[in-house]
Amino acid sequence: MSLRGIIDVALRALERNASRSLLTMLGIIIGVAAVITTVAIGSGARVLVQQQIANLGSNLIIVLPGAVITSGVRSGTGAASSLTPHDGLAIAQLPGVAAVTPVVTEHAQVVGGGNNWNTLIQGVAPTYAYVRAWDMLAGTFFTQHDMDTLAKVCILGTTVVTNLFPDDPSPLGESVLIGNVPFTVIGVLQSKGQSSFGQDQDDIVLIPYTSAMNRLTGQTYVNALMISAVSGNAIDEVQNELTSLLEQRHRIVPPQPDDFSVRNLQDIANTATATAQIMQLLLAGVAAVSLVVGGIGIMNIMLVSVTERTREIGLRMAVGARSRAILEQFLVEAAVLSTGGGIIGVIVGAIVTVVATLLARWPMSVSAEAVIASVLFSALVGVFFGYYPALKASRLDPIEALRFE
Amino acid sequence: MSAVVEVHDLAKIYGSGPSRTIALDGVSASFESGDFVAVVGASGSGKSTFLHVIGLLDRPTSGKYLLEQHDVQTMTSDELADLRSKKLGFVFQSYNLLPRTDALENVELPLAYSGVPQRQREKAARSALSMVGVEALARHLPNQLSGGQQQRIAIARALVNNPSLILADEPTGALDTKSSHEIMELLSELNREHKITILLVTHERDIAAYARRILTFRDGRIESDVSNTPETGAVTVDA
Repeated sequence: MSLRGIIDVALRALERNASRSLLTMLGIIIGVAAVITTVAIGSGARVLVQQQIANLGSNLIIVLPGAVITSGVRSGTGAASSLTPHDGLAIAQLPGVAAVTPVVTEHAQVVGGGNNWNTLIQGVAPTYAYVRAWDMLAGTFFTQHDMDTLAKVCILGTTVVTNLFPDDPSPLGESVLIGNVPFTVIGVLQSKGQSSFGQDQDDIVLIPYTSAMNRLTGQTYVNALMISAVSGNAIDEVQNELTSLLEQRHRIVPPQPDDFSVRNLQDIANTATATAQIMQLLLAGVAAVSLVVGGIGIMNIMLVSVTERTREIGLRMAVGARSRAILEQFLVEAAVLSTGGGIIGVIVGAIVTVVATLLARWPMSVSAEAVIASVLFSALVGVFFGYYPALKASRLDPIEALRFE
Repeated sequence: MSAVVEVHDLAKIYGSGPSRTIALDGVSASFESGDFVAVVGASGSGKSTFLHVIGLLDRPTSGKYLLEQHDVQTMTSDELADLRSKKLGFVFQSYNLLPRTDALENVELPLAYSGVPQRQREKAARSALSMVGVEALARHLPNQLSGGQQQRIAIARALVNNPSLILADEPTGALDTKSSHEIMELLSELNREHKITILLVTHERDIAAYARRILTFRDGRIESDVSNTPETGAVTVDA
């Protein structure tokens, strides 16, 4: 019999017990739908994490001052005043470093447009825009000249703009008081939205760090250095080199602890991705178990079917079916069941993914690889678990089979 | 006429030791083309085993069997299956039609296994159905048909591959008297008009009376082998 003929016979046999066939497929349907959905969620999570990381800055490394130990009392990271703008300039000379900006942080009341607002003031260098991959909505970033002249210019985040100048989305040229020092607005940042930790990144005012140190805080140290490596691969190398550079500059000899700490977002990204992967693996495991259970269900039903159709098998043998033809018939039947289940599972999984995307507003996508792999795998499950019942059918003695009641 | 079946000293022994059963004990016979042979005997006489061996569903323990000069003794089970699909037709007591499969497709079934293309299959199946007089039922399902009609379709299935021999195992066993005689009339007619060779197993004397030759089995041996005049329908043989 041709393959088409065999598939035809298999389809008819399954159709005869339509509801039972559907129930048999259920295990595979659930398994495959779970695979499709988890893969979609997993890849969506990865894309989301990558987006958020990219949002924070390009290949970002952050150097924070270390803890201070005063009479045995240890303050937290960032308390020491060990980092200077000169450290930043030295780091900028390292190979693999694309840009460096010092960051001076201060919370202050900002007054402007008849309103006032407490916000984060960051004193930074012009390279900040590049380091944080942050574009301007209006106006321009400040220049090296502004740095050198301790210019009283500022750039507002959109949240600050909304709170101070509700009617003017780009209040260029307006004057704002930052801690009683008047600054002129020269630019507005594009909105970056919330960070992955729920912070409003747009609630910020940027000023030249020289102005911040001299006019606002009076400090000679910086609160952080943000460094952008030339590429994601260069991050580790840059991190090692700047660590030894800073140890050298700060005269730290190995047994002594560093008076600074270096963090890179790749670590955070990796952790987040790894977490997503573990979740995905876990769900994929559950899906695999479901597929195996589905396969056992198919085996079970096929065994019942072989017993029920013993006389049919006997008859087919009597009219000239070779045992191989009987084996193929039942094998194809099992494969049709499982592949059919796989295809329905893909459709169900795709629907679940679309609904989840709409509900969670999460960028999920059904991957072609997952679809192909799960349909192939379910076909394989059918052949694997269908083999034993099919073999049993093909080994029936036609005389006994024809007598079977 | 050439011999369709030639068996010589056929024996079939089941089991061993104390549970040893001798089903066939040295059976020799020969059926010519166009024969209509009835095999009768009490249950356990070996007539069913004989039919299974002749039908290539079972292998004899010893002896020689030539089916149209083919020595089937040395054949593999695949070769036997192929021979069944090309040379033999079966009719069973319980019809054994595939459920939820219409008459035409039931009749086509043997051709599917001998690799006949679909179009020719349908043509052959239609002509087989018309030979048994139920062409109009081609698209009916078995559960819509009476026992007699189902058995006619089963006979059409046995005819469809133009076999050298039709083996009928108690073909009237599940039918009422009227249908039984109709089926036997049909078999006689097929034998008479189309020269189809038939081997019939039955335990009913009046059914055997339709055959032209009656073999009586007892204890695995042929007790008597007599010709019969089917026209009279009278049985003149004592067991």
